[in-house]
Amino acid sequence: MIPASFDYERASSLDEALSLLAAGGEDARPLAGGHSLLPLMRLRLARPSLLVDIGGLDELRGVHADGNSVVIGALTTHHEVAGASELTGGSGLLARVAEGIGDPQVRHRGTLGGSVAHADPASDLPAALLALDAEVTLAGRDGTRSVAAADFFVGPFMSAAADGEIVTGVRVPKREGWGSAYRKFQRRAQDWAIVGVAAVVNWTESGIAGAAIGLTNMGGTPLRAPGVEAALVGASEKAQITAAASKVSELETPPADENASSEYRVHLAQVLIARAVAEAAGCPGMQSG
Amino acid sequence: MATAEKYVGGGVPRKEDPKLLTGQGQFLEGLTLPGMLHAALVRSPHGSARINSVDVSAAAAAEGVVVAYSGADLADEWAAGLPMAWPVTDDIRIPDHWPVAQDVARYVGDAVAVVVATSRNAALDAAELVEVEYGVQEAVVDVEAALADDAPRVHESFDDNKSYTWALTNGDVDAAFAKADVVVSERYTQPRLIPNAMEPRAVVAQSVPSTGDFTVWSTTQIPHVAKVLFALTLGIPEGQIRVIAPTDVGGGFGSKLNVYAEEALCIALARRLGRPVKWVAGRSEGYLATIHGRDQIQQIEIAATSDGDILGYRVNIAAAMGAYLQLVAPGVPLLGAFLYCGCYGGEAYHFECTGVFTNTTPTDAYRGAGRPEATYAIERAIDALAREVGVDPAEIRRRNFLPAGDMVQSPGGLAFDSADYEPALDRALELLDYDGFRSDQAERREGGGSRQIGVGFSSYVEICGLAPSQVLASLKYAAGGWDAATVRMLPTGKAEVVTGSSPHGQGHVTSWSQIAADALGIPYEDVTVLHGDTHVAPHGMNTYGSRSLAVAGVAVHNACDRVVDKARGLAAHLLEVAPEDLEYEAGTFSVKGVPDRTKSMPELAFAAWTAHSLPEDSEPGLEASCVYDPPNFTFPFGTHVAVVEVDTDTGAVDLVRYIAVDDCGPVINPVIVDGQVHGGVAQGIAAALYEEATYAEDGTLETSSMVNYLVPSAAEFPSFETDRTVTPSTSNPMGVKGIGEAGTIGSAPAVINAIVDALSHLGVTDVPMPASPERVWRAIQAAQGGEA
Repeated sequence: MIPASFDYERASSLDEALSLLAAGGEDARPLAGGHSLLPLMRLRLARPSLLVDIGGLDELRGVHADGNSVVIGALTTHHEVAGASELTGGSGLLARVAEGIGDPQVRHRGTLGGSVAHADPASDLPAALLALDAEVTLAGRDGTRSVAAADFFVGPFMSAAADGEIVTGVRVPKREGWGSAYRKFQRRAQDWAIVGVAAVVNWTESGIAGAAIGLTNMGGTPLRAPGVEAALVGASEKAQITAAASKVSELETPPADENASSEYRVHLAQVLIARAVAEAAGCPGMQSG
Repeated sequence: MATAEKYVGGGVPRKEDPKLLTGQGQFLEGLTLPGMLHAALVRSPHGSARINSVDVSAAAAAEGVVVAYSGADLADEWAAGLPMAWPVTDDIRIPDHWPVAQDVARYVGDAVAVVVATSRNAALDAAELVEVEYGVQEAVVDVEAALADDAPRVHESFDDNKSYTWALTNGDVDAAFAKADVVVSERYTQPRLIPNAMEPRAVVAQSVPSTGDFTVWSTTQIPHVAKVLFALTLGIPEGQIRVIAPTDVGGGFGSKLNVYAEEALCIALARRLGRPVKWVAGRSEGYLATIHGRDQIQQIEIAATSDGDILGYRVNIAAAMGAYLQLVAPGVPLLGAFLYCGCYGGEAYHFECTGVFTNTTPTDAYRGAGRPEATYAIERAIDALAREVGVDPAEIRRRNFLPAGDMVQSPGGLAFDSADYEPALDRALELLDYDGFRSDQAERREGGGSRQIGVGFSSYVEICGLAPSQVLASLKYAAGGWDAATVRMLPTGKAEVVTGSSPHGQGHVTSWSQIAADALGIPYEDVTVLHGDTHVAPHGMNTYGSRSLAVAGVAVHNACDRVVDKARGLAAHLLEVAPEDLEYEAGTFSVKGVPDRTKSMPELAFAAWTAHSLPEDSEPGLEASCVYDPPNFTFPFGTHVAVVEVDTDTGAVDLVRYIAVDDCGPVINPVIVDGQVHGGVAQGIAAALYEEATYAEDGTLETSSMVNYLVPSAAEFPSFETDRTVTPSTSNPMGVKGIGEAGTIGSAPAVINAIVDALSHLGVTDVPMPASPERVWRAIQAAQGGEA
């Protein structure tokens, strides 16, 4: 299919991009790597009147450490995130997630900011950002602001970004000393996750001292699993982790689609949480399949 | 020795590949003609709906639009509806099938209007402006639901949704079942599949109004057949239609073995408008408007002794035809009708099939066409029998194999040429290390972990070389099964092969070059193969059903022999000896006992062209033709083995090994044969694990793109292990059989059998296709007494 007709502008600065978006009104959309928006346009499910190409804004590109945080520009590609040495400790989760997105071509074009702005509950990065208590930074005509990931994702393909705002990047706590893992269950290598589980775990000699679980495609937004997280604290054996993972069933019933019923999604989430937590804990005796 | 086999059997590089790999393929989307217009179709979004009104005025007024038509506007274009060429029974119900629906739209995707514009974009944009008022009716999409007494009728003019029932009985079936110690009774579902040729369909039609001539370029597998059927559908004299399948057609798998609405429509529009008209399918549009495959419910019963010796078979099939009957759709189940006994013996056989209308995209032949379905049923059921009687699955196959030999009578009624089934099974078991595998499996089970392994077998036999024309007549097929070739020596000593086959990825240019180069004793590079244009290659029955080598390839071989015969006469004349005094080897005639007195094929080609000195009664030129009608089908066979690892916690299946031992007779090009096996196996595994087209109750195709219709990629497969046994066919002088579909036919049951084997210790006996993780997980839960 061919997209419906649209206008195209290439911005040379963030200010210019914001002006173009403002002038274009509510049907104007920023274009970064194009890996979420363009497929929707080709199916004519998205019909923006104006695309503002922000791909040339180098100020939005790159990964750098900032104290206990890592700041990642919105135009940083998945490939660059996957190889970023700044992502240490628990924040290494982002690199693990990014290296499993799509295929090499997608990872070299698709951007972190684009994935975040698209707010697809089946995308991998949002759940990881949620598990890491990341902040999303936004720029608008009235200035910049930060929104906690927990507040940013408000519904399927809906975020807290206002019309005319551009996602400029994310700030992620490093969580030094924590381990992480992402378990993505899919039928084909390049599919969206049927269920994805991001786990960030603080493993100590006495067992799990803290854990954060982010869930992909278990609801209309990426989800945390607070009941599981609470139950994991103090767990030191596989059986305890498995028991904690079962608390995922306390969450609202997940969606059903052609790949999985709600019931199966809950079951998968339990299995994957246990596996992800064991992997993130990094304790050999905890490993399962 | 008549032929020095320098090229045949060798893995010469495919002549087709350099241009394809460097982006120089000549595909139809790249064809632009002066004044060309573009058509976009408006398609019904309803499974079943009366077309109350169609208002094309807004579309017609849109920028770039030349004209827009409803189905009624075009009604007088058709001399006949879209053709159906296989009326399998005398009382088959054949509905009218207009290229653009006039009164009722019967599936989501049924065309209801067309917009013609100066660009494709303008046509697509304007198509959204056509206003259709529908009277939505209840749809029926499930083949069994469609057979219910109170089912909505797809065609109001018929009393129910049955198109036909076709039956076959050999021997005393009741007696065989009466004396059986065990009867296994199985029910299988063949999911609906969507063919995914890499190149979507496209057509360009051009008219010359002053002469009434038409040229039609189409991404078709069947340019010659289409030419005849276009003439009938549009009322154009056949001699005034030229059909061209472009030099490069990007795959078909049966989906381009048809005469489609868009082809007829573009010709009709070109006729009305006097300008060339082009239509190119989008991928998702193709999912609605190109034939689907499979979609059957199968019941199979096997009667056997307590030792597992099979006595008889009873098979009953309900096969979805979709909303209309496409070109050969009713006959597709018949291509498997004789194979529900596989390569096994028995005394009696009954097969019955009912073709059923549903409010879905029409089905038709998809890679394997009838044989994958049959092979799946028998190869799953024989495993069920093995479990029932406690015999190893490899052993039960061996025990029931038909004896080796030629023209071996099968309970299904066919006489199999070149039957020798045990060596392929033995070789597969050897490659597998069967004993080692079973020992690994026992260890895993002992360990009790969540990763369990299983092995599955599939020993298939299939039908290629379609087909002896007289046999086709007995099956009520409306055309013949011959094919044609002309081989022409050019004055410079090169050769031109004109073939009736119409390659669309098979590599006929390469294979036919190998055959001709060896027969004529000239370099492979000196052979040109012409195909696909009815003005260049006037005769052919084209490419489908793994028929090309065993029919068209044999025609090339025979035509080459005739060229050599003529050349012998000329050589004898020029050397002033009797023809029988000449020896022929590798393109050179030499006088027996005087080896330095020779004439080479290039010399003879030039002499035949100058015609300065010819034998009496001989005509200038060195060329010959052959129209070959095979005396029998060919019956390739083999054993495939799948090894899977199943995650019992999630139901995920990992295909660990895949072994294919095939017997397609002598191989012309091992690279091409391996490629066919690899692609075919991938398509069969896709059916087993990934692909399934599903409809919502209202007739909406849920799997509308590759996002949710799960075509696997290379990442989903292990490296395939292939090997061959070689048992020449006795049905043709080359001994060749066919390999285009064998991989698809053999593979799906091997994979499902392997999954069941991996979980058999948990009590699992069946997992439906495609074996999605959830289905596998539920099968485990059900076997363990869980609620799933």
